[in-house]
Amino acid sequence: MQNHDKKFQIKVGLAEMLKGGVIMDVTTADQAKIAEDAGAAAVMALERVPADIRVQGGVARMAALEKIQEIQETVQIPVMAKCRIGHIAEARMLQALEVDFVDESEVLTPADDENHVNKHGFDVPFVCGCRNLGEALRRIGEGAAMIRTKGEAGSGDIVEGVRHMRAVQRGIRTLGILDQHELMAYAKEIQAPYEWVCWVAEHGRLPVPNFAAGGIATPADAALVMELGAESVFVGSGIFKANDPDRRAKAIVQAVTHWQDPSKLLEISKGLGEAMSGLDSGKLTTEEMLSRRGW
Amino acid sequence: MFFGWRVQAPDQKAGFEFPKMLKDQHVIGVLALQGAFEAHRGVFRRLGVSSVLVRTANELEAVDALLLPGGESSAMLRLMEPQELFVRIRKRIDSGLPVLATCAGVILLAKKVTPHQQSLGALDVDIERNAYGRQVFSSVEALHFSPQYQGDNAGEAVFIRAPRVTRVGEGVETLAWRGDDPVLLRSPGILAATFHPELGKGTVIHELFLREIERQGR
Repeated sequence: MQNHDKKFQIKVGLAEMLKGGVIMDVTTADQAKIAEDAGAAAVMALERVPADIRVQGGVARMAALEKIQEIQETVQIPVMAKCRIGHIAEARMLQALEVDFVDESEVLTPADDENHVNKHGFDVPFVCGCRNLGEALRRIGEGAAMIRTKGEAGSGDIVEGVRHMRAVQRGIRTLGILDQHELMAYAKEIQAPYEWVCWVAEHGRLPVPNFAAGGIATPADAALVMELGAESVFVGSGIFKANDPDRRAKAIVQAVTHWQDPSKLLEISKGLGEAMSGLDSGKLTTEEMLSRRGW
Repeated sequence: MFFGWRVQAPDQKAGFEFPKMLKDQHVIGVLALQGAFEAHRGVFRRLGVSSVLVRTANELEAVDALLLPGGESSAMLRLMEPQELFVRIRKRIDSGLPVLATCAGVILLAKKVTPHQQSLGALDVDIERNAYGRQVFSSVEALHFSPQYQGDNAGEAVFIRAPRVTRVGEGVETLAWRGDDPVLLRSPGILAATFHPELGKGTVIHELFLREIERQGR
């Protein structure tokens, strides 16, 4: 096995281990502990949850390094952190800090409005957001070891997440019925690397794990995106903006495991208190939509 | 393309043939609370052996062997609690249910875990979580094998934020090492690997487990 292949195998390996689990946004070590005790498979360290970034505005950057370290020292599960799209230096610093995964995320203010980081050169694995198959394969072409559909972060509204997951799955199914001679034209149409288009056409799935993010606020939302083909979920504002984060976190963890069992979902979803209030993402302007960042 | 290692044609049988009894009657359960359970099912499929997912105590009762996959052990523990699955699994293993555990699965099986967390205690080893460091220290390593190991060469092993076995009890055999660290262990009916045989192309660790099931069945 060549060195490059090995490195990629190790990166995708961690993504494989996170399947069927929940990755929770946390801003403090205390929240990280609550997440771990609730059964989170990993935590995402950030300065403000997306709902607060929306309200407060300003430039959203990589979290304070001391904060990330404190979280790393508090939990045993993997610690992820976000860097701005195209911010090579933030990504390098997060690698030096030994975070377990870097999320090159549209939730932060982009540092480069044309280019994403070339992720092949890093030892730390990257996860990136996407809205459709073309965007997913562009990120994988750059070296992403995990893909998450973007959804609309901080909205508590699942409609964008559903739209993006459906778009990815529809793209994969479309490739399944195309003739081999049609693949280059399709690659051109969705602006994706030809080799990866061929790979997906052959295997009928993405070459890296495909998780869902953005707008998941209830166990039912989590079960819905699993039903649509997500292999795991990221929950941001949905937990710590709800009025009983601890119970909601546990319930969403259960829902991701038992999404096929409606009676279990009923049991899980009782007595959780109020969910985050949420925003109708249909009423957001294009500028307000975080999912439109990146390409 | 650089994905040759992850993918094989589905249902492609290996050359190794198992006794008919194993294929027809034994149901292999894969604990599917969280983690790499689908990858393990893929290996069994390549061996021509079917498997079922286990998420509840009822599903556990229907299986004759159990696989504990890699993932996050603390997440799996939390998911075992509400349905008392933890107690049921321990009872079944105590009464002879064969088990293959990988990575986090070995943490679940160990006697003692550092830092402390609950465990099944079915395999007499002590273990330390994330002992080789965070993800940037995850690696692919060559193993060396004991003379007792009678399988084919398992080749290189993938370690992801792997645990380290710090004590091996009497009655537990070490079949392979990474440097000085035991990474493949066996006690009657139990096979445990701190690495990820499900991430490679190979099937030898799963084959070894099927032989162990057969041995216990005699």
